[in-house]
Amino acid sequence: MAKVAMTVNGKSVSREVEGRTLLVQFLREDLRLTGTHVGCDTSQCGACIVHVNGEAVKSCTMFAAEAEGAEVTTIEAMANEDGSLNTVQQAFQDYHGLQCGFCTPGMVMSATALLKENPKPSEQEIRDYLEGNICRCTGYHNIIKAIMAASGQEMPAMAAE
Amino acid sequence: MPKDTASHTGIGASTKRREDVRFLTGNGNYTDDISVFGQAYVHFLRSDVAHGRITSIDTSAAEGMPGVVKIFTGKDFEAVGSIPCGWQVTDRHGAVMKEPRHPVLAYGKVRHVGDPIAAIVADSLAEARDAAEAIVYDIEELPAAVNMKDALKDGAPLVHDDLSDNLCYDWGFVEENKGAVNEAIKTAAHVTTLELVNNRLVANPMEPRVAVAEWNKSNDEYTLYTTSQNPHVIRLLMGAFVLGIPEHKLRVVAPDVGGGFGTKIFHYAEEAFCTFAAKACKRPVKWTSTRSEAFMSDAHGRDHVTKIELALDKDNNFTAIRTETLANMGAYLSTFAPSVPTWLHGTLMAGNYKTPNIYVNVKAVFTNTVPVDAYRGAGRPEATYQLERVIDMAARELGVDPIALRRQNFITEFPYATPVAVEYDTGDYPATMDKLEEIADLAGFAARRKESEAKGKLRGLGVNCYIEACGIAPSNLVGQLGARAGLYESATVRVNATGSISVMTGSHSHGQGHETAFPQVVAEMLGIDASMIDIVHGDTARGPMGMGTYGSRSLAVGGSAMVRATEKIINKAKKIAAHLMEASEGDIELKDGQFTVAGTDKSVAWGDVTLAAYVPHNYPLDDIEPGLEETAFYDPSNFTYPSGAYACEVELDPETGKVTIERFSAADDFGNIINPMIVSGQVHGGIAQGIGQALLENCAYDENGQLLSASYMDYAMPRAADVPFYAVDHSCQTPCTHNPLGVKGCGEAGAIGSPPAVINAVIDALNSGGHKVAHMDMPASPSRVWAAMQG
Repeated sequence: MAKVAMTVNGKSVSREVEGRTLLVQFLREDLRLTGTHVGCDTSQCGACIVHVNGEAVKSCTMFAAEAEGAEVTTIEAMANEDGSLNTVQQAFQDYHGLQCGFCTPGMVMSATALLKENPKPSEQEIRDYLEGNICRCTGYHNIIKAIMAASGQEMPAMAAE
Repeated sequence: MPKDTASHTGIGASTKRREDVRFLTGNGNYTDDISVFGQAYVHFLRSDVAHGRITSIDTSAAEGMPGVVKIFTGKDFEAVGSIPCGWQVTDRHGAVMKEPRHPVLAYGKVRHVGDPIAAIVADSLAEARDAAEAIVYDIEELPAAVNMKDALKDGAPLVHDDLSDNLCYDWGFVEENKGAVNEAIKTAAHVTTLELVNNRLVANPMEPRVAVAEWNKSNDEYTLYTTSQNPHVIRLLMGAFVLGIPEHKLRVVAPDVGGGFGTKIFHYAEEAFCTFAAKACKRPVKWTSTRSEAFMSDAHGRDHVTKIELALDKDNNFTAIRTETLANMGAYLSTFAPSVPTWLHGTLMAGNYKTPNIYVNVKAVFTNTVPVDAYRGAGRPEATYQLERVIDMAARELGVDPIALRRQNFITEFPYATPVAVEYDTGDYPATMDKLEEIADLAGFAARRKESEAKGKLRGLGVNCYIEACGIAPSNLVGQLGARAGLYESATVRVNATGSISVMTGSHSHGQGHETAFPQVVAEMLGIDASMIDIVHGDTARGPMGMGTYGSRSLAVGGSAMVRATEKIINKAKKIAAHLMEASEGDIELKDGQFTVAGTDKSVAWGDVTLAAYVPHNYPLDDIEPGLEETAFYDPSNFTYPSGAYACEVELDPETGKVTIERFSAADDFGNIINPMIVSGQVHGGIAQGIGQALLENCAYDENGQLLSASYMDYAMPRAADVPFYAVDHSCQTPCTHNPLGVKGCGEAGAIGSPPAVINAVIDALNSGGHKVAHMDMPASPSRVWAAMQG
């Protein structure tokens, strides 16, 4: 067991954990932040994406100990301060960019990271960026629309209904 | 943005989904988010060979490992029932199917990679896994039955030693049609024959399966939290057939469920194990599947090998269809496995066409592979794919336009009784085809093909139709067909004193948006705002017996039950209102949440009536009871028959064989629509799964039964860049005639209609480049396409 300390969603936390504890286990089981999900065991699906020092990271590929001293942000801290949905979250609701909701936290964290580095991504840039996020429900159509809308862009004609 | 009319929250509004808020903020409550105080964790030691005899198993060293609570093997489940099958098929000779025992943990033999040999319960998951490595066991590996044709040969390895062979059943449908079909094919002007494989798929909801079970020592009650599409069905199957726990001692909860697509319908051994172990260990027990485990333990889908013949007369009218299919059951019969290649497949073989003679033969085969059962569409995609492929092939052989050939043979008069025992109530196939031609801009295809060719690419267009049967019922009929369950649905509408409403439904929502769409129906009926209505589902302790969500049945069956219960509420509320206004009950009208007396200005509000029901001071106590809560069970009189026409345009790179989907259009007829936004979303998702089947996904076994595609490294799930924006339309609406909402169901259409469109397009692209390729099996991977181009 080793002690790890980091800042999660603006709060300092420290726990004794086994060395093999993954960051996602630490978030879900030690901190009970269950909004971050586990959908695979090969770092493909992206349901576990969180932000570590501002970068989108698959929290199943990282040990908790590797996040020592880091600033970690999870889906639980994404809403506006008054609790209302932020721009990206609101766009996902407005455009029906989620169905079962399981991949959704990872999608929101990925989309947020994308828009930070590329505020007006093209449709193709969004599709390529989401290479590491699998959704089985939506066929991606409304996720792409939501992210385009969150970036303040018009939809391509084919996407309009 | 979808239309969201603030003033109207009833039927037809694209109301935004209320469940989204919790999912978008990390506040969902999925089964793995549930932790029960004192819980232990289970890890299953699973077979790494496809077929073998367990000659020894020694858990003594593992039992001494840190944190181990208890280790179980098959012997511990000798006195426990077999995992049951919910459908008994009778074969064409009148014999019932073979139904082998399916133990909770393997006993004597392992029969597929992933079959659980032992289960380790420990204080932590890591300790359970560590202990698994200390279990010493020997498996004498046996030759495996993997390929279905080989599995049926004399001398093939027997999956089940107590069965005479690996044939589960040999089903003929309709047996009486056989002679006429054979004659029609013999005398046809043209017969097109196609042999194809409908590839094995894994449903892959993004949430892996989870089970958390607890046992209460003070009252001997069990609670199972599980990732299920139908918790009441699990309670019945597991309680009555496996563990012997009566319903009143067993609560099954399926909270937020992260997608199902069929594979979470079934009762699984892991659920029974956790429930059993919770009492045996006197501790709550939790199991969370890894994705790798999911690939080797979730029921798979499809896996048919089919030969279809289509006979046409000299004027290109379809005269007969004859099919022979081998359907893989895997090693054990999963809950509804026997019904998929039979009643959900053979009955759909007429498609949208007036073919007078049809005969379907299906041989279901046991193999040393993971059990195969319903996956989105379940039998109907297999029927649609072979039919729409053979029609396209016939058009190419005859040199006629594939759309014209379809139009010529469309069923145009309803109701229509097919030669495969179902009666379509409504439909308008020319209308959906017209709509498709418009939204897909088929007129512009030739120009787009020229553009592709100018870039050195081949472009293909594939069009097809589909029909499906949803809301499978009625119970007395399906009972005759072998179902061991009823197929009704229930709803309880509980109106509270202040006028707010809880609707308890047996339908389960795991992405379909019931929590938003169902209140729209009740709001419309009562004229109150949908925000006053909550849907309660997924908990056997909170609602009446229900049958759950599958086969696109929730709105057609569960929604109809809700309508019936709400009608009872309205009837009773009118009696109360009549009393309050001293009027005759027959004169009471309900509009916009107000009860009025016809022809007067008297009125009472919804809330006044509901309050009177619970504070019955001024109340007709001699006539009616206090309270305002009603339950209805709805058993449909027929299936519903959604239909549609789909078009896919692909671009094919002749240098690499890579196929990209350039356009995909879907014109569907779902009857009436409650929430158009949700309906479009259902179609989008189905299309992506169909494109996945056609281009990417394949669950592969080697000849020894090793599962080659057991992770997302090897099983190609569709990613965002693999699919285009889709053009979907559901403005063609021929309402269902036999349910009160006139709805047909939309959940599976996309997955049913899309695979043939993609493959028809790939074949068209290849032929446009001079490659005389008649057929290619799915998935049309670059290597397959490239090989086909080399001749």
